[in-house]
Amino acid sequence: MLKFVIKGLIRDRSRSFFPVLIVTAGVLVTVFLIAFMSGYIESMVRQNARFDTGHLKIVTNAYAEKISQKPYDLGFIETEAEFQQWKEDFPSVRWTPRIYFGALMDVPDDEGNTVEQGDVFGMAIDFSDPSAVQDIHLNEALIQGRIPEAAGEILLSEELFSKLQLELDSTVTLLGSTLYGAMSFRNYIISGTVSFGVHALDRGGIVTDIEDARAFLDMPGGASEYFGFLPSMVYDDDAVQEIKQEFNAKYNDEDDFSPQMLALTDQNDMGFMLQYMGFALGLITVVFVLIIGIVLWNAGLLNSIRRYGEFGLRLAMGERKHHLYNWLLVEALAIGVVGSLIGAALGMGVIQYFHVHGFNFGVFTQDTSMMVENIIYTNLELKNLLLGIIPGLVSTVLGAMLAGIGIFHRNTAKLFKELET
Amino acid sequence: MTESLVKIRNLSKLYPTGGGGFLALSELDLDIPSGAFMGLVGPSGSGKTTLLNIIGTLDNQSGGEIEVLGHKVSTLDAKESAALRAEKIGFIFQSYNLLPVYTVYENVELPLLLLKMPKAQRHEAVMQALTWVGITDKRKSRPNQLSGGEGQRVSIARAMVKLPQLVLADEPTANLDTENSLNILDTMLQINKDTGTTFIFATHDQKVIDYMQRVVTLIDGKKAKDDLKTGS
Repeated sequence: MLKFVIKGLIRDRSRSFFPVLIVTAGVLVTVFLIAFMSGYIESMVRQNARFDTGHLKIVTNAYAEKISQKPYDLGFIETEAEFQQWKEDFPSVRWTPRIYFGALMDVPDDEGNTVEQGDVFGMAIDFSDPSAVQDIHLNEALIQGRIPEAAGEILLSEELFSKLQLELDSTVTLLGSTLYGAMSFRNYIISGTVSFGVHALDRGGIVTDIEDARAFLDMPGGASEYFGFLPSMVYDDDAVQEIKQEFNAKYNDEDDFSPQMLALTDQNDMGFMLQYMGFALGLITVVFVLIIGIVLWNAGLLNSIRRYGEFGLRLAMGERKHHLYNWLLVEALAIGVVGSLIGAALGMGVIQYFHVHGFNFGVFTQDTSMMVENIIYTNLELKNLLLGIIPGLVSTVLGAMLAGIGIFHRNTAKLFKELET
Repeated sequence: MTESLVKIRNLSKLYPTGGGGFLALSELDLDIPSGAFMGLVGPSGSGKTTLLNIIGTLDNQSGGEIEVLGHKVSTLDAKESAALRAEKIGFIFQSYNLLPVYTVYENVELPLLLLKMPKAQRHEAVMQALTWVGITDKRKSRPNQLSGGEGQRVSIARAMVKLPQLVLADEPTANLDTENSLNILDTMLQINKDTGTTFIFATHDQKVIDYMQRVVTLIDGKKAKDDLKTGS
């Protein structure tokens, strides 16, 4: 019987070609959108983890309260021993200190007079730790020069460097305030320039060694935040939450400078964003099912009108209504399978292309503070294809179920009359 | 005496209308023996098709009793009446109603698929039916490649392929020219003689009426005449 159904589908293009085309287009668009959004989410998580949140981080209670202001004056000092203990307690996480600070950068001329001044955003990492350098993809971000090798060297964002028409190995002065509020200034040599592909960082950022920042901000043995990364570098909320609860149960108390562990989802509204994106993915899938389902329902109704005589004849020949209805569902399923597979295959090709080449969104993210890479790569994962294929099947069967209801309203008593004409 | 294949007693059919209802059949008594080749004739609106619908278990009567192939039609549920049609009743329509996407062979095969008959048995039955109607050479053709006469032959083969006990034909020659009509009628008469299948026609075509062994005339839903031809 299935062979008979398939033969009918193949030979009757209006019964198969148009619905297959709709499903193919729908699945293609859906798998692509899901892969794109999934890639976007991953990019956002990756960038936030690298530059702002870590997979986990340890901060003081007081710092956590004003974390959006990056108040390094509420950070840790002389915590080398504690840091070692935390590393020993949680060996499944790789830990690294960071200091974020703001400062005024003064560009002097040969005689020491100010030529340019501007706000800069400083990020201090441990240059002696190759993993810390790799965490922010510093080698890949390096545009000119080299990574600092000696004290007093910094990296400057390429955008700021070009804007101020600076030269490598020239000296700039940073003016800021220490942990205790005293004025602080220090000269730095520009060893290189960087571009992270994140406009929020590339507008006016500097990268310096943690020891230089400690000296500049008078934070001996300190850090504003201790970042933790899972070894796989892929965020796993379940694992992270477990570590966080264990740490906080052990070390956190009510003291302002007591250490507190935060997960990525506790920061920058990332928890909300991930939930929102998950909801958006679900919404795309549901909207796809509804739209394609309605289109196929309509196509099914037109088809039922066209095949009115056939259905009547088959009912007269003794075929039961539910059998005829099931036949329509089998046809729909076959269309759904073929359309979904073609759509998924085409979608995979498109996803693969953008997985390699990516979309350059740099133009659109110039004025945003969101931690998203300029180039978004689609996420090539089997589950994304399945997320497109399943609604492809559901929508065709749903469309056929709705369109086929008319069969049950068919009055067999009128079949002779209907089939006479 | 031949056993009645269809037994009708005091049959009536009332179609509800705004003005109280239209009586399509009334006080009808009829016995149709197995192997009959008979016609229901009468003008339009006389109740021919309504009677065929009821005999074919497509519809129920409003009053009286009708027994088809030993089953009381009024007591059959949808599943039972569908099974009866699928196994024992064949239909031939005025406009053939062949499925255009399937070949002649596949159109004739369809009723057997509904009966879940094994493939080898199906093939044998389909070829036998196509042989009866003399159209085996067209088995791979599609309906749109057939003439009107050939189309109706396929329709007869489809009705006969499951070897039904009863074939109901509603105006089977209405779309055919005289030559094709006579060929079709010859074919059906031959099948009737060879297989003993009962044929009931609804018609007002004189060519068809001339072929009938028995002609029941209906007027305003009532049996007006019941002529059994000599020699039949």
